[in-house]
Amino acid sequence: MGYIAVRGGAEAIEASIERLKYMRLRKGRILEVAAIEAGMRALIDQVMSEASLYDEAMAAVSIKQAEGSPEEAVFLMRAFRSTLPRSHYSLTLDSRDMRVERRISASFKEIPGGQILGASCDYTHRLIDSVLIDESEEEASQWVADYLSPAEDDRSAVAHEALGAPLSAIDYVRALGLLRDRPIDDGEPRDVTKRALEFPASRSERLQILARGQTGAVTALGYAAIRGYGATLHPTVGELRVGLVSVYVPDPFSTSQHDDAEALGNAYYVGEVRITAVETLVPVSVRRGPDKSEIEFELGFGAVLGQNETKAIAVSLLDQCLETGEKRYATQDEEFVLLHVDSVEATGFISHLKLPHYVSFQSKLDSVRKARGT
Amino acid sequence: MSSNFDAKALDLRGVSKWYGPTCPRCREGGDTALEMNYCPACGTVFALRDISLTLYEGEVLGVVGESGSGKSTILNCLYYDQEPSLGTAFLSSFEGGSVDIFSVSAQAKRGIRNSLLGKVYQNPVQGLKMRFSSISNVAEKLIAAGQRRVATMEARAIDLLGHVNIPSYRMREAPEFFSGGMQQRVQIAKALSNNPPVLLLDEVTTGLDQSVQAKVLDLVKQIQRELGISMLLVSHDLGVVRMLADRTAVMLGGRIVEEGLTDQILEDPQEPYTQELVHSML
Amino acid sequence: MRKKLYNFAFFDEGSKREVRRAILKAVAIPGYQVPFASREMPIARGWGTGGLQITLSLVGRDDVIKVIDQGADESVNAVSIKRLVSGTTGIATTEDTREATIIQSRHRIPEAPLVEGQILVLQVPTPEPLRFVEPSEYATKRLHAEKEYSGAYLALFEEIMKHGHVSTGADHPVTVEDRYVMAPSPIPRFDNPKLNGSRALILLGAGREKKIYAVPPFAKVASLDFEDHPFEVESLVGKRCRVCGATGVYMDEIVDAAAAVYQCNDTSHCDAVLKARRAAFDGEGGAA
Repeated sequence: MGYIAVRGGAEAIEASIERLKYMRLRKGRILEVAAIEAGMRALIDQVMSEASLYDEAMAAVSIKQAEGSPEEAVFLMRAFRSTLPRSHYSLTLDSRDMRVERRISASFKEIPGGQILGASCDYTHRLIDSVLIDESEEEASQWVADYLSPAEDDRSAVAHEALGAPLSAIDYVRALGLLRDRPIDDGEPRDVTKRALEFPASRSERLQILARGQTGAVTALGYAAIRGYGATLHPTVGELRVGLVSVYVPDPFSTSQHDDAEALGNAYYVGEVRITAVETLVPVSVRRGPDKSEIEFELGFGAVLGQNETKAIAVSLLDQCLETGEKRYATQDEEFVLLHVDSVEATGFISHLKLPHYVSFQSKLDSVRKARGT
Repeated sequence: MSSNFDAKALDLRGVSKWYGPTCPRCREGGDTALEMNYCPACGTVFALRDISLTLYEGEVLGVVGESGSGKSTILNCLYYDQEPSLGTAFLSSFEGGSVDIFSVSAQAKRGIRNSLLGKVYQNPVQGLKMRFSSISNVAEKLIAAGQRRVATMEARAIDLLGHVNIPSYRMREAPEFFSGGMQQRVQIAKALSNNPPVLLLDEVTTGLDQSVQAKVLDLVKQIQRELGISMLLVSHDLGVVRMLADRTAVMLGGRIVEEGLTDQILEDPQEPYTQELVHSML
Repeated sequence: MRKKLYNFAFFDEGSKREVRRAILKAVAIPGYQVPFASREMPIARGWGTGGLQITLSLVGRDDVIKVIDQGADESVNAVSIKRLVSGTTGIATTEDTREATIIQSRHRIPEAPLVEGQILVLQVPTPEPLRFVEPSEYATKRLHAEKEYSGAYLALFEEIMKHGHVSTGADHPVTVEDRYVMAPSPIPRFDNPKLNGSRALILLGAGREKKIYAVPPFAKVASLDFEDHPFEVESLVGKRCRVCGATGVYMDEIVDAAAAVYQCNDTSHCDAVLKARRAAFDGEGGAA
């Protein structure tokens, strides 16, 4: 064996990158970014949510570049987000002020405005449909034209009607005096992308981190919580809503306080985003006296970008777990939950194990030998 | 080793500890407002109510009562495992007893806990690092006090562990493999490592076999005689208290109901609760 | 196409300013971990994003950068980082330690002594030296505040009890200016003494854990040890580089057939020694 040099690193990297490109192109078919945007709505929503960046077009490019890997696509989006200057904070959005596309409640059979099923996989049968293999664009256009024909107009009418019924299922529970409300905190929230997280975390910081958490991680922890590794037994979804909310930024030259009436009057509309918001009701036992306990409902809240229902529900469960202040289970330990759900952090540290570690290994070898006297 | 039996080693004044919001009824109502040590209006539990105690140099003061009486809470507050809701405490070895040890900085508290106090917990898991060797457990306090010589710490640890009858071939083992009695003895050695003037003993023999209990108690007695350490000994067992304590305080519902020389209390209990306790013992 | 829209050194100026503020605070409190809002970078977490953010926030048009990983300039990860920095700045790169103004390194301090005007940026995986004693960030922060480091010493003591020696490998904790205990990053013990009284500024960045800390020039840095078990570096006895013949530097052990042979870990140092020997050899007329 001759001289071992750590040389040729640059050439090796070039070759690796070329080969990666080859893997994406070798089958001779190029994905159009527009096609991804049109047909991969769910993946785009997941990527935007984990990247905490709402840009469907950029998400589509990232997905193409990542060859469909959510881990890579989120990484690309986050790195891009890093470079964007943050010039404004929007006015506060009320998740109930949305153009409702889907709105359901598991806690009540009927809710004001009705249960609107909207577009969801929940009611489909998960049978792989071979028709999709040979779907043609002509067939698709015809189907859409038929669907939108005048006779079907009342579908959209219902959604608009919901706009005029902002009373949610939660308000009903509150009116009955059964909701364990927390004190309103209108303090300026800390932006976790601008200030490092310190413990104990505020509820706002927790919800931010969960909202941009890796879908799988958040889902797994939410699952653990309702299976017994958390105090969240028997929760019910009070309300789940998916829809478009309008985003406003205050007039940068205005001197009024953020969010007051004057600010609202002078605000600029910058677009709308699709979000999923979930309010979950968790029954808890509250001591009222030496022999008396009562049941009240605590509210767990989750709001995420895009239509990501499982994740939003899981967020609402973990919100309630972390708010209890107990620490019997890992799902109630905010350091455990918040420090391990981020996609970029988690995948980065795990993949760093692929980096060379021979210096520290050598050092350890030396110690072991010394201790053994060899 | 001579002790000045008139000098105070530790003085607690008006120490209270409650769990809950408190309300006008229990704050101002006095004893009659509460059911036992519990306020029915707001659900607040009073673990300690206005406790004042003096531990004199070189003596063993027993604190006896049933579970829930608050006796362990006193030790928890003194060792900074819990914070009292109200009250002050003075250690004569700290600033000549002129500064309330509940009021000092976190760093000062660590110093007091390391060098001026020793505590033996009922459950050895709380007092020991179960995965570290017994020698390391004793050394932990020495390191915290600033000792940086391995040989010195090793020698002192071996000496102390030998003193509590841990065989030398087991000294490098971790306590997780020891019997309950042995674990307690390691705790005692650890608590003594910095020669603290005050030792706190919390139900140290509860849960041990009778014969093992006797051995541990003998050890405590022997140490007390040799080193003249002032000890605050908590137990629900009057037998233990009778064997070791010079004076005794009886607790019920967070309050001290009777206090005096151990012999007197056992022979001639005044309060109804004390009488009950003594009778049940005999 | 998008690349042209990136600012000099990738970050916007506001972000750079924020990182520099964190750096200044770190330099003002030697060894103290300053939290900072670590940004996502084009390379993965765990691969040097902390060091990279420091480098990109400091770099100017006249800087010359050297990047090494495990002591090697050509290591794949070092090359990748070097490309990113030069790609977003256009500044010169070098393999010669003496020429560099900024040296970003993973797990080694270069053999050539650093001087005033140079900045060494170390990549840190786990900035918290007490993490193995206490998993909670909230708890370790308090331990640092109260200067409660007996846990770190206890771990070393236990090793001595068990093995007769301290058996840490790399990342042996140090005390800076007699106050904060710091994790020096997984540099071999051999490199710890280079931290003490360094003429160059040493900055440490942990991107994933979001901490920046520093050893200012000429600061006192002492490896944790006991009076009667002083800190020891890896043994260099009998080790000689088979390429350049150097001794007294940190070596890689290479298994060649049956025996172990050694080679300088710091590749650019090895090159420099080799060059110097060749020049001396030629200068002497190539005598046999």
